[in-house]
Amino acid sequence: MKQKKVKETYRVNNATISGIPIKIIYLPTDIKNLDYDRDLGMPGKYPFTRGIRDTMYRGRIWTMRQFSGFGTSKDTNRRYKFLLAHGETGLSVAFDFPTLYGRDSDDPISAGEVGKCGVAISSLMDMETLFDGIPMDKVSTSMTINGPASVIWAFYIAAAEKQSVKLKVLRGTIQNDILKEYIAQKSWLFPPEPSMRIITDIMGFAAKEVPQWNTISISGYHIREAGSTAVQELAFTLKDGLTYIEEGIKAGLDVDIFAPRLSYFFNSHLDFFEEIAKFRAARRIWARELKNTYKAKKPESWLVRFHTQTAGCTLTAQQPENNIVRTALQGLAAVLGGTQSLHTNSMDETWALPTEKAVLIALRTQQLLAYETGVANVIDPLGGSYYVEFLTNKMEEEAYKYFDKIDKLGGMVKAIENGFPQREIANAAYQFQKAVEEKRRIIIGVNDLILENEKIEMPILKIDHRVEQEQHKRLVTLRKKRNNNKVQKKLRELKHVAQSKENIMYPILDAVKTYATLGEICQAMKEIFGVYKEPPMF
Amino acid sequence: MDKKLRILVAKPGLDGHDRGAKVVARALRDAGFEVIYTGLHQTPEMIVQTALQEDVDAIGLSILSGAHMTIFPNVLKLLKKKKVFDILLFGGGIIPDEDKKALSKLGIGKLFGPGTDTTEIIDYLKKYFKIVSHGDTENTED
Repeated sequence: MKQKKVKETYRVNNATISGIPIKIIYLPTDIKNLDYDRDLGMPGKYPFTRGIRDTMYRGRIWTMRQFSGFGTSKDTNRRYKFLLAHGETGLSVAFDFPTLYGRDSDDPISAGEVGKCGVAISSLMDMETLFDGIPMDKVSTSMTINGPASVIWAFYIAAAEKQSVKLKVLRGTIQNDILKEYIAQKSWLFPPEPSMRIITDIMGFAAKEVPQWNTISISGYHIREAGSTAVQELAFTLKDGLTYIEEGIKAGLDVDIFAPRLSYFFNSHLDFFEEIAKFRAARRIWARELKNTYKAKKPESWLVRFHTQTAGCTLTAQQPENNIVRTALQGLAAVLGGTQSLHTNSMDETWALPTEKAVLIALRTQQLLAYETGVANVIDPLGGSYYVEFLTNKMEEEAYKYFDKIDKLGGMVKAIENGFPQREIANAAYQFQKAVEEKRRIIIGVNDLILENEKIEMPILKIDHRVEQEQHKRLVTLRKKRNNNKVQKKLRELKHVAQSKENIMYPILDAVKTYATLGEICQAMKEIFGVYKEPPMF
Repeated sequence: MDKKLRILVAKPGLDGHDRGAKVVARALRDAGFEVIYTGLHQTPEMIVQTALQEDVDAIGLSILSGAHMTIFPNVLKLLKKKKVFDILLFGGGIIPDEDKKALSKLGIGKLFGPGTDTTEIIDYLKKYFKIVSHGDTENTED
């Protein structure tokens, strides 16, 4: 097999992957203004640069939480039991596209998409099957759902109640971060204003009824996957978070009640030290803003508690086994950056959803990091490194430049309407592609160290068409068995509350318990709130 | 007469992953094509309607959601129904090799997967429409 040597001269070595210029070596003089107590502090103490807990991983290893879901709720239930049996410590639900868009599996628009990218959940019945035999009081669950988050959360709550689990002990997260949907992930439903109302209702409901629940997972992962730089990921994500703080306060909520239940979700990308610096800068920036700008009094309000996923966009279809290594190094960066929860990608994910074998390797990667390498034994081991402290400062400095730009545009919501973050991301994505095509960035297997006539010999997970047929049948049965008069009554009540200032979670929960479907509930809400349409731009 | 080729880049179905489609759209535009980008959540009907309205030469579908075996044939069927036989239907995304072969048998053009250089797509279109590489468009009609 012909292989060409890497041309050392074109490898970029004087800038991070995001383009921050870097020197060949860093010295004490590069961080001479660093004040330990002011800029770093002890872990568990303001400004939390070194970590949010005073014992970090010695007290509790990060949660091993593999994002997962495909086919029917029965298929995914089986995968969850597999992962839990092999040592994962938290669940994370991936929903299919119809579910992400608030559509039932038998909606005409869902044709061909059911169960392909995640699990199909159209009703409370599907959610009950998803958690069949999984004690919902013992395990915490993160659900990647945004536009229809209120409804899917209601399915989860109702399913837990069916297991006789008290809501006060229910632990988990709904992603529910609509701002980044407009910016990057694009699975919105309603326009910004009603979306914000729903989010503040969710925060209010959680504070009262489900106090251990994380109501938003303010996300940078998708912003990064869409092509942003590390600084853009940091800046846009934190700015989104600060916007939710402002919205919560505007809605009359006490910041110290809802801020502790906001959580974060970052990407762990290829430039090892840049990522670690990014995580540390995130903690320091948020702590400072919440304490000094938003005057939150409880230290819990000042914390960036975050989940990390290794960067899907860095995986290659070519020589896919290399992805195991990429993922391991990205996982390591997340651990050295102090993540509370971690998902490691599987090597086959450029081709399909993970097979059992591939996801087991991904899970073992985390376990190797946790139990064999010793990296979890000392808190913030890179603290004090001239390079890492320099880079942490630099990331913070660059993030504030973006904060200023966004403030000048009138805040994040206006900036999104203006298309500012979307344009920044599209530009960064294009520049990155150009760098790859001009070989200023090497991707092994893609533009260098290529295997000619490579044959990929790897089993791929295939989603059967029977999934769609099964879902259709289930919905037919569901609609026959339930009391359709009750369903219609509850949907009418929901529409009524939607037009008022009352908390919308209560009527959603009522409708869910009558076995109204996701599509039916979302349609009722769409009739009141309208539908968001994005102006196409590239 | 110099006529720029018109390419419609479309995101059909519910798939919201548009990083690739946007990069391709921009690369095609920078290479001298006229590019219309549909934005997200297009149905086959919307795509074909736009294609006809905009009088495009080719439609590129970007599908990463696994729905390609439903969507590509649907768009092709619609084009045939409207008696449109001279628009090239091509695309890319996450499409396993065996599905690529099956779609090719239906008459669908080249499908570009992860890791593709945009210059590959540009060269394919130029070759297909017989464009001379220094930007002149030559019609090889008899």
